[in-house]
Amino acid sequence: MSLTREIGFVLNGVRTRATVPVAMSALDMLREVVGLTGTKYACGEGECGACTIVVDGRSLCSCLLFAVDCDGRELTTIEGAERDPLGARLEQAFVDCGAVQCGFCTPGMVMQAQHWLQAHPGASRDAILRAIEGNLCRCTGYVKIVDAIERVAREAP
Amino acid sequence: MTVIAKESLIGKRVAKLDAPEKASGRTRYVHDLDLPGQLHARILRSSRVHARIVSIDTSRARALPGVHAVLTAADVPWQRPLGVGRDQLPLKGDRVRSLRDEIAAVAAETVEIAEAALRLVDVVYEDLPPLTDVRAALAPGAPVIHEGRPPTKGAERPDAASHPNVAMTFDYAQGDVAAGEAASDVVVDGWFRLHYVTHCCMGVSGMIAQFDATGNLTLHSNTQVPFLHKREFAEILGIDPGRIRIIQPPIGGGFGSKLDIYPFEPICVFLAKATGRPVKLVFTREEEFLASPTRQPVLLRLTSGARRDGTLTFRVCETLHDNGAYTSWGATTPFVMMQTISSLYRVPHVRYHTTAAYTNNPYAGSFRGYGNLQATFAVEQQMDELAEKLGIDPLAFRLRNAQDPGEVTPQGMHFRTCGLKECLATAAGASGFLAKHAAARAAQRAPGRVKRGVGMASMLHVGGGAKIYPSDGCGTILKIDDFAHVTLITGASEIGQGSETVLAQLVCEELGVPLDAITVVNNDTDITPWDVGVHASRTTFIGGNSAIGAARKAKAKILAAAARSAGCAEAELDLRGGHIVRAASGEAVTTLAKLLRSLHFSDRAELVMTTHYYEPPSRHQDAAYKGDVSAAYAWATQVVEVEVDTDTGVVRLVKVTGAHDVGRVLNRLGIEGQIEGGIVMGQGYALTEDLVVDHGVVRNPAFRDYKLVTAPEIPAMDVHFIETMDGEGPQGAKGVGEAPAICMAAATANAIANATGVRLRELPFTPEKVYRALRSAAG
Ligand code: FES
Ligand code: FES
Repeated sequence: MSLTREIGFVLNGVRTRATVPVAMSALDMLREVVGLTGTKYACGEGECGACTIVVDGRSLCSCLLFAVDCDGRELTTIEGAERDPLGARLEQAFVDCGAVQCGFCTPGMVMQAQHWLQAHPGASRDAILRAIEGNLCRCTGYVKIVDAIERVAREAP
Repeated sequence: MTVIAKESLIGKRVAKLDAPEKASGRTRYVHDLDLPGQLHARILRSSRVHARIVSIDTSRARALPGVHAVLTAADVPWQRPLGVGRDQLPLKGDRVRSLRDEIAAVAAETVEIAEAALRLVDVVYEDLPPLTDVRAALAPGAPVIHEGRPPTKGAERPDAASHPNVAMTFDYAQGDVAAGEAASDVVVDGWFRLHYVTHCCMGVSGMIAQFDATGNLTLHSNTQVPFLHKREFAEILGIDPGRIRIIQPPIGGGFGSKLDIYPFEPICVFLAKATGRPVKLVFTREEEFLASPTRQPVLLRLTSGARRDGTLTFRVCETLHDNGAYTSWGATTPFVMMQTISSLYRVPHVRYHTTAAYTNNPYAGSFRGYGNLQATFAVEQQMDELAEKLGIDPLAFRLRNAQDPGEVTPQGMHFRTCGLKECLATAAGASGFLAKHAAARAAQRAPGRVKRGVGMASMLHVGGGAKIYPSDGCGTILKIDDFAHVTLITGASEIGQGSETVLAQLVCEELGVPLDAITVVNNDTDITPWDVGVHASRTTFIGGNSAIGAARKAKAKILAAAARSAGCAEAELDLRGGHIVRAASGEAVTTLAKLLRSLHFSDRAELVMTTHYYEPPSRHQDAAYKGDVSAAYAWATQVVEVEVDTDTGVVRLVKVTGAHDVGRVLNRLGIEGQIEGGIVMGQGYALTEDLVVDHGVVRNPAFRDYKLVTAPEIPAMDVHFIETMDGEGPQGAKGVGEAPAICMAAATANAIANATGVRLRELPFTPEKVYRALRSAAG
C-alpha cells in the first residue's frame, strides 16, 4: 500500500538489506521485517527505553527512528550485544545480580548500559542511576539493575 | 569411598532459571510470536462516555482489501456476558457505558490495514447523560447505568442496595461499636481519597487465538489464571472447556492485571472463528492505559478510638467505590480491606461497610495488594493520629496493639505465626525511628525550606493462599528420567516473580540434585495439572507445597528401591549430590542415574513419576465474612524517610527501611527483588502515579504524563527478613509478592506529617497537592 524503499545497513556485524515502508520505525523493521524480536515495544513514543538499540555508537529509541534512516549505518541490537565482551559481561551480571524479573525491560536496559559504560567506564552508582533514567522497569525497583551495571563498571575489562 | 556433604540451596542467592534467555533477548513473549497464516486484529472503541448506539455501518470497512472480517455485536448474537459481574458483552450492540467499550473488531492481513478498516466503520450515537461521579451515581433520580440488574452481593442495607446503580455492597461487624465508642478516651475521624492508578506492565496486553480442524481452540494468552479461564472462556463462547487449551508465553508483567477475562480476549476468539485463521491481537500503549483495568479508587471514611492506656477500642469504616461501567475484581477488594480494618491490630469492635456504584468511568481490576494499600493508608494514618493525641510514641502505640502468634481474631483469622512485633522493632531500630521522629517533630516550626520527617506503617496480608474458589490448590507432576534429570510439571504460573526457580530449589532440596538437573514446565493447560492461578501471593506457598509433596513421593520410591538393592533399611539412605548415600556418613552407594536405570531396565521395569495435589488447610469465609481464609499470614513494617521542600511541595523519598515476616527466605536474590520492586511500586502510588479520569475520559494515556518512578528517584533501601518458620509453609516460607507495596503510601503520609505537621489524606502526594496543603495549613 505504502511507498517502500530498499536500504542497506550493518546489523550486529552482518551486512543486511531490507525493503521497508517509508513510514516504518526501525523498531518495527527489526521485529517484523528482519525478524529479531529481542528489541521490545512498550510505548512507541520514546518514553520507556524498551526499544533501545545502538546506532553508530549511540543509544537510541528505535521506536522514534525511521527505518529508512538506518540506511548506511551500523546497528547493534540485544541479539548482537554478546558479540562484544562488555555486552556479554552485562548480560551475565544481569543474571547473577537478579536484575531480571519479567524481563521485558531487560534488553533495553542492557543496551543502554552497554552504550553508557563504553563511554564511561568505571561510572559511579549515581551516574548509573541517571544513565538508565530513560528506561522504565515496573518489576525490579531498579536496585538490582544498578547492582548489575555497577558490578561490570567495577570489574577490570 | 566418596563422601558427599549435604548441600542446600534454601536461603541462597539463586539466579532465576529464565534470566539468561531474557537477558539475551531470546525470550519470546506473546508479542514476539507469529503463527503461520496469522491475521492481525484491532478493536474499535466507543468515542462517547455514555450513549445509545443508533447504527453501525461496517460496509466500507469490509470492502477494504486485506480485511478478512469485521465483527459487531450483530455478527455474534450468541455471545455471552463476561467478567466478575457478568455485566458486559464482549461487543456492545445497543449502548456504550464507557469510553473503552468495544463496538467493532477487524481481522486483516496487517495491523495497518486493520487500523485503516476501523476508520471506515461508521457509528451513529445518541448521547445519554454521563454519570462520572460516584456520589452523584447514588443520588435519587441519577441516570441508571444497568437497568434491571440486582446488586451482585447481599442487600443487607436495603437503603443503599435499593439504588439501581449499586453494583455491590459489603457489610462486616464484630463486637459492639457503641460500647467501643463509650470506652474511648480519644477518637479520630477522617475522609481518605484513593485515586486511580494502573498496572503499566511493560509488556502490553495481547493474545493469539487459533482453532484447529476439529474445532479445538488454542489460546496463547497472558492470563494469570489459565485453569479458571478455560472454564470461563468455555462459558462465554458456549463451547466444551475440554476443547480449550491455554498456552502462556512468558509474561511481560502481571501484578494482578490478568486475573479477569477482558472483552478483547473473546473478541480475538470470535475473529479466529470467523476467519478460520490464527488471529493475533496486541494493544498499543495508549490502549493499555485506556482499556486495561485500574486499581480500585476509594473514598473512605474511618473513625478509630482508643483508651488513655493506649489500647484500641473500635473502628468504623465506610467506603464508596467507583465501580466504573462494569464489574471486575476491583469491586471485590473489600474482602481484603475489611481484614486490615479488623485484624492488622487488635481491635474489639468493628463495623465496616462498602457500597460500590456503577458510573461511566473505567473499571478496576485486581492489582498487587488488592485493596490493602487503600485500607492500610487510612488505618496507619489514624494509628499515628491516635498516638499523637494520647501522647504515646507511634512505635509504642503500635506495639501495644500488635497481634501475637497464636491469636485468632474476631474475624476468624488464625495467626499461627506472626512476626509483627519483631517487624516493628526491627524496622524502627534499624532506621533510628524514634530519635528521628522526635527530632523532626521538634523541628516542624523551625526555619528552613526543606523539612525532614520519618513515618512508619505496618501491614497484614494473606501469605498462605486465599480460599476464594472451591479449591485453592495446585497440582504437580514430577518425572525423573534415566539420567536423573527431573521434569517438574506444575500448575503454578511464572509471571516474572521467580516461581519456577523457587519451585525447582524446593525439589532440589528433597531429591539432592543440582539446580541444572531440573526443567520446569508450567505454561500449558494440556500438560500441566490444575492450579487456581497466580494471585494472592500464593504461588511459593501453594505451588511449593505441591512440588515438595511430589518430590517426597519420588524420593520414597527411590529410597525403597535403593534399600532393596543395598539390603538395608530406607531410613539408612538419603539422596545427595545426584547420589544415593548412607544417611549417617554421606558415603556414596551409587549414583541416582544408575539406580533409576536399574529400576527401569529390570524385569519389574518401572519409571519414577509422581503426582501430588496440595490443598491448604484454610476455610471459606461464611456469609458474615468470618473465617480463616489463608493457611498463613504475612506481616511487615516499613519506615519511610522523606524530605519535603516547603517552597515547591516536592517530596523526596530518602530511605525506606523494611522488616518483612516472610516465614523463611527461600531465594534471597528473588525475595529482595520482590521487596525492592514492591517498594518502588508503592512509591509510585504515593507520589507520582495518577491516572487522570476527567468526566469519564482518561487524560494521560502515556508514560509522558503518567509518571512511573524512574531510577534516579528511588530511595535507599534497607530490607530485613524476619523468619518465623511457618509450620505449614514450604520449608517454613510464606507468600510475599504483594506485601512490599502495601505500606508505602501510609508510611509516606505519616512521614510528611512528621516533617511538616500537615496530614494529607488524598493520594497522590504531588508537589501541587503538598504545596497547597502546606499553604492552607499556614493560613
Ligand atoms: S518503545 Fe521506544 S521508548 Fe518505549
Ligand atoms: S523486569 Fe519487568 S519491567 Fe523490568
